[in-house]
Amino acid sequence: MDLSLIIMQLLSGIALGAVLVITALGLTIVFGMLGVVNFAHGALFMIGAYAGLYLASLTGSFWWGLLLAPILMGAFGMLIEFVLIRRLYGRSIDDPLLLTFGLSYILVEGVRIVFGSDGIPFPTPPQLIGVLDLGIGFFPRYRLFVIALVAVVLLLLWLALEKTRIGLIVRAGARDPMIMQVLGVDIGRVWLAIFGLGVGLAALGGVLAGPMRSVNPEMGSLVLAEAFVVTVIGGLGSIVGAVVAGLMVGISISLVALFAPEMATIVMFALMAVVLLIRPQGLFGVRGRTT
Amino acid sequence: MTSPSSGEAVAKPASGGLGWLLEQRVLLSVAVLAVLPWLLPSQALAVNVLIYGVVVMGYNLLFGYTGLLSFGQAAFFGAGAYFTGIAIGRYGLPWFMAVPIAVLLSTCLAAAIGIVSTRTRGIYFSMVTLALAQLVYYVALQAASFTGGENGLRGFTVDRINLFGLSVNFLDPVNKYYVLMALAALAMWFQSRILNSPFGAVIEAIRENEQRARACGYNVERSKLIVFMLSGAISSLGGCMLALHLSIVPLDILHYQTSGMIVMMVLLGGARSFFGPFVGAATFLVLEDVISVWTPHWQIFVGAIFVLFVLFLPKGIWGTLLDALGVGKARP
Repeated sequence: MDLSLIIMQLLSGIALGAVLVITALGLTIVFGMLGVVNFAHGALFMIGAYAGLYLASLTGSFWWGLLLAPILMGAFGMLIEFVLIRRLYGRSIDDPLLLTFGLSYILVEGVRIVFGSDGIPFPTPPQLIGVLDLGIGFFPRYRLFVIALVAVVLLLLWLALEKTRIGLIVRAGARDPMIMQVLGVDIGRVWLAIFGLGVGLAALGGVLAGPMRSVNPEMGSLVLAEAFVVTVIGGLGSIVGAVVAGLMVGISISLVALFAPEMATIVMFALMAVVLLIRPQGLFGVRGRTT
Repeated sequence: MTSPSSGEAVAKPASGGLGWLLEQRVLLSVAVLAVLPWLLPSQALAVNVLIYGVVVMGYNLLFGYTGLLSFGQAAFFGAGAYFTGIAIGRYGLPWFMAVPIAVLLSTCLAAAIGIVSTRTRGIYFSMVTLALAQLVYYVALQAASFTGGENGLRGFTVDRINLFGLSVNFLDPVNKYYVLMALAALAMWFQSRILNSPFGAVIEAIRENEQRARACGYNVERSKLIVFMLSGAISSLGGCMLALHLSIVPLDILHYQTSGMIVMMVLLGGARSFFGPFVGAATFLVLEDVISVWTPHWQIFVGAIFVLFVLFLPKGIWGTLLDALGVGKARP
């Protein structure tokens, strides 16, 4: 098997991993700050894809869908936090998990009522159709775009968290919400914004995945399992962990598909089992942060 | 509650009255199940309540009594069904050999998943069990020559149940119900014995305070693994019952939606109580049955009802009822 094919497959893996990174990041940030595992994350990813598709067809441009769907979904996420999740702070840690699981039933069935159960094709934007000659082989333009966009979003997120005052509050709030309240920060508003950000990232993942996967009401359930695997490997609540593990999972799926296609869906679970046997808290997880 | 010691009926088994009656939880549960086919709109529904009741009861050992919120119980439910179907259809084994073998193999699977997942704690545990159960789903999907892949397992039927020289026509719905009820009764007796044993006290101690249980000298890790395996074993018996009942095993049974349904059922009925799982299974299945008559989108209502339960009735129907009656601590 020649080298260029492997490099192309590696790039495919990075593109696949990039979507996983964005999706898992939403899950892990919400957990890190709020201590909530959002079981509706996959369903919100799926609705993000539908919203992107709908807005793109409404405005006639993929770019409006890509921009507006995450923002609107972020607002929807804030509504969910305000109406439902907020009531459960201070109760058993299982309760938000169970509530969001029930919510995913409502969301998935709601989409079935509005858009039907069948899959809808998500057209690639005309500017990104076709392949680009990389010298060693041809690679789909759209996938290169996904890699680049995710890199930009990661950079912006890192800058926002490390270099701004809001980022400082968020990081401090994750360490000790009580002290932040004593210092006069309205931590409730920070949590609201963080949940919105998490849902917005899920929606962005959904819109980006649209042209690569078919859009259907069940797409979220597969994504939820994938996002779980990524966050567990990376370490729950760790942003660096989500990035490294997401790329790792994407690349392993892609490379295994080259040699043993039937093993491709299974490899990430095997990877997770191995990591857990060696490091139960995940690669970048902190011991004791698991409950 | 007319006995003079009604206040202590909870702590000490009283010699008469409601307290004594509720001590006989296995007999009482079997008595209710015996008349179930005549209480529900259809016998098919009653059979499903029986099957899911056993699966959810096994799960409750893990969730309600030990406090481990697993999202992967479908793996053992499905394993029980698949192993039973394969043993009968592919190797021609009689049902009374297929069922114990299926439960044994499912328990081994539970041991393998348990070794990895019980190393993690809290929310981590939920995510890992979900992911590992999805692994089982994909293995069943890929190993199509053994499992029938997407089409599910077919090609085995059980039309007569033979045991101790007795031969029962299993196609008759009433016979079928009572044969399966005997299996359910066996599972209930087994679960009740576990809960009444010292091990039952250990797992409840782990639920209340893991650190303290460890400090008391209990091996928390080993106890979690054992309860994971016992829970898998009981739930897999429900899978065996499903295979005997349907004569097919749909692939969907292994999907995490099934695990979620099991979690919903236990919460609707009430975790931490012996009979709650059957109440939950019956509630869920009756809701599905009633709502799907007038809309195909019954899941949106079930989801909404579940959300309302998490918010306002976290002890479930049976748990809340027992609390209202003041017998909550006896947990029948």
